[in-house]
Amino acid sequence: MSEKTYLKIDNVVKNFGDFTALNDVSMSVNEGEFVCFLGPSGCGKTTLLRAVAGLDIQTTGSINQAGLDISALPPSERDFGIVFQSYALFPNMTIRKNIAYGLENRKMPKPEIEKRVDELLDTIGLPDQGNKYPAQLSGGQQQRVALARAIATNPGLLLLDEPLSALDARVRTHLRHEIKSLQQKLGVTTIMVTHDQEEALTMADRIVVMNHGVIEQIGTPMEIYRHPTTAFVADFIGTMNFMEGEVIGDHKVNVGGCELSVKEDIDFKTGDRIHVAIRPEDIVAIEDGKRDDNGMHVTIKHLEFLGSFFRAELTGGPLGGNAIEADFSINLSRRIELAVGNEIEVRLPKKHIRLFPVEG
Amino acid sequence: MTDMTENKAQIVKPKVSRDDWIMRIAMIAIGILLVVGIILPLFTMLSKSFENDDGAFVGLANYIEFFATPALFNSIFNSLYIAIIASVVVLSVSFMYAYALTRTCMPFKWFFKLIALIPLLTPSLLSGISLVYWFGNQGVAKDMLMGESIYGPIGVVIGSSYWVFPHALMIIITALSIADARLYEAADALRTSKIKTFFTVTLPGAKYGLISAAFVVFTLVFTDFGVPKVIGGNFNVLATDIYKQVIGQQNFQMGAVVSVVLLAPAVLAFVVDRIVQKKQVALLSAKAVVLIPKPDAKRDWFFFGFCLAIAAIIIGMIGMAQYAALVTFWPYNLELSLANYDFDLMDGGGWEAFYNSIEMSLYSAFFGTIIIFFGAYLVQKGRGFEIGRGIFQMIAIVPLAVPGMVLGLAYIFFFNAPWNGLGEMIYGTMAILVLVTITHFYTVCHLTSVTALQQMDNEFESVSASLKAPFYKTFGRVTVPVCSPAILDVSMYLFLNAMTTVSAVVFLYSSDTTLASVAVLNMDDAGDIAPAAAMAMMIAYTCICARIIHAISSYLMQRHFQAWRRR
Repeated sequence: MSEKTYLKIDNVVKNFGDFTALNDVSMSVNEGEFVCFLGPSGCGKTTLLRAVAGLDIQTTGSINQAGLDISALPPSERDFGIVFQSYALFPNMTIRKNIAYGLENRKMPKPEIEKRVDELLDTIGLPDQGNKYPAQLSGGQQQRVALARAIATNPGLLLLDEPLSALDARVRTHLRHEIKSLQQKLGVTTIMVTHDQEEALTMADRIVVMNHGVIEQIGTPMEIYRHPTTAFVADFIGTMNFMEGEVIGDHKVNVGGCELSVKEDIDFKTGDRIHVAIRPEDIVAIEDGKRDDNGMHVTIKHLEFLGSFFRAELTGGPLGGNAIEADFSINLSRRIELAVGNEIEVRLPKKHIRLFPVEG
Repeated sequence: MTDMTENKAQIVKPKVSRDDWIMRIAMIAIGILLVVGIILPLFTMLSKSFENDDGAFVGLANYIEFFATPALFNSIFNSLYIAIIASVVVLSVSFMYAYALTRTCMPFKWFFKLIALIPLLTPSLLSGISLVYWFGNQGVAKDMLMGESIYGPIGVVIGSSYWVFPHALMIIITALSIADARLYEAADALRTSKIKTFFTVTLPGAKYGLISAAFVVFTLVFTDFGVPKVIGGNFNVLATDIYKQVIGQQNFQMGAVVSVVLLAPAVLAFVVDRIVQKKQVALLSAKAVVLIPKPDAKRDWFFFGFCLAIAAIIIGMIGMAQYAALVTFWPYNLELSLANYDFDLMDGGGWEAFYNSIEMSLYSAFFGTIIIFFGAYLVQKGRGFEIGRGIFQMIAIVPLAVPGMVLGLAYIFFFNAPWNGLGEMIYGTMAILVLVTITHFYTVCHLTSVTALQQMDNEFESVSASLKAPFYKTFGRVTVPVCSPAILDVSMYLFLNAMTTVSAVVFLYSSDTTLASVAVLNMDDAGDIAPAAAMAMMIAYTCICARIIHAISSYLMQRHFQAWRRR
């Protein structure tokens, strides 16, 4: 992966009648980078991908690929391979024919096509399936074929439109890994659209979180998860407790009567209404009796067993009417008795507390 | 102001690719064909209805004359009257028949399904002819009418009901087959009585199908020409009036007026039906569990008896026509012979007419399928050019609302006009017959193609573009093979209708291009009823053969493509 910009999107707007699907979107993708467009349905991520492909050309704004202004070009004059959720394999052609389809259009000599198809079949791990028809393969296998077809002609840009959404969980996890390592091997600049945060977190070099046609945040998976810059991102990725509160002084907030220290110094003034957020896994049970760092005495209102950990709903004490969720490991449960109604001591470490402005 | 315009981002004008150009030009070409085939003729006809004999504009004078002439004006009521009665009859019978086929476990369903399709294979004239032999002046069962004459509303209603029955049946079968088994299980679990379940679940579920069938039946009967021509006697309806005004009295203006009057309710029914059908789509999208009927001896045998009776009537109709065709001289010499098949001895066009019909039907099926399917493809899968595609889609729906008689007459006005050079070239030739037939049956074929194309993944085109394949390559190698069952259906539909249609072509044939269906009409007109029956049967045999060829080729195609259709 280099720092060279391969794809540059500038001020792209897409209107469908009165509806604005993309509102002034700008971003760039580096050469060889794997970027995920992540967001809830209707956030504009697929619209943006289709604009990049030229399938639904943006209303205004420009798109540059490899230094070339492709804004107005039809898809057939752009350089990309694409994989859809529906696979879109030609049902009446064998796997070989499907993969060879793009190669034939390049007027490649027949023996070379055959060689390239064999190579690709090997790459996707289906060397013996070439003469079968798509319907004879499983969903995961079909998606691999679609991928092989898309990369057969060595396009400069690979576009993946929710490629894993139609598959069941186990196949999905497996294929996730395969696509990522193939992408790294080929070094092809890739954009994937997904609504699955786990997919985005595990596969992407950078994630573009979108909502209501605008980009909320761009960053590495770690940045997005650890330092969400907006309440939407904080809420959409992972689990987040939100409590409404008020700034009462330097690094001090009040949440329903409970005073918390925070580390974050964003320019909030005393008296500002704010959202106080903390992830369940960042809440720590106090075992050493020290009540520092926002320690408090709370009651377990509800307890959910989730296999590798417990998710507890905590209330009472300084939280008052507020209820927050906290994750406790199985190990911890062996030391402290976790049961509904029990009272425990927890700490809301100030370095993990994030503040967001109240909208409106 | 200048600031505003400067700040305003420039709208991206997508570059039109070579493929896009080819597709747009092809679509415009087919669009022009449709405009010439339907819009311009209709428009010419409409303006004719406001002109006098010499072509001068006379405003509503012709319409005033129409409404002031009781003989003409009454036809409206006659047409309405038979259309309403036939609708009630056909709807009740076809609903029960469809119910028996979809919701019971009666035996021999395949047989009843097959029999019900027979009327589609014959011109509507055949039912009229058959009724003459059953209940006419020398009919075998004349006494059953207890003194009433078959020549009139009774005959028209029976004959019309016979030939529109399969049209209604197919729609209602579709409506009844989409039932959700879960609703019935829920009703059962709530201990709902069977009768109540029928009225609260079954009927509402089939509601849109029934409404749609009602409109189809009403429009078909209201605008039909064949049955009232043969069996109507002195009972005039609008469609026969057009024929009489134009062929009998050469009063083209009045023909145009009657056509407009005939067109109005047909268009109304069509518009309402379109609205209703839009609603049905929403109903269909729900994921349903297929309902499998459970045996119930009493119910099953009741419906078996009912279907048997209806099947007997259908077989009786076509059987009588066949018998009459073989009888040497009804009712005096009942010996069987092929004398009536010696068409060259009668007026009407002879065997030549039959061969013409086959030729015309093959052309219509061949060119029609190519044009209509390709047109549907361009509309459905084209890129950009939304306005053009929208207009095309609208024009493609128009023919459904236009009765054959009206279309045929409109063609005379347009193609026979002195200023029309194109008309001069094709008027009186096979080409105009093919054109009018393709246009007449355009919409159903277009919608069938669109449905098939909609079931195809839209991303095929996107993928092809990314792989730099020209659209025609993907069209030829993917779209056509995958849609081949629908394409075959379209060509069959065109062939069968071209063989059996009378209404549109009756104004347009010349002595060189007489058709079999027209020959039936003319021989019947001349009193040669037995040869007319024989010719109608020739059409039926041809259609049956075509059906068999269709079935075999469908089967072979399915086997050929089985590899990719099934796992």
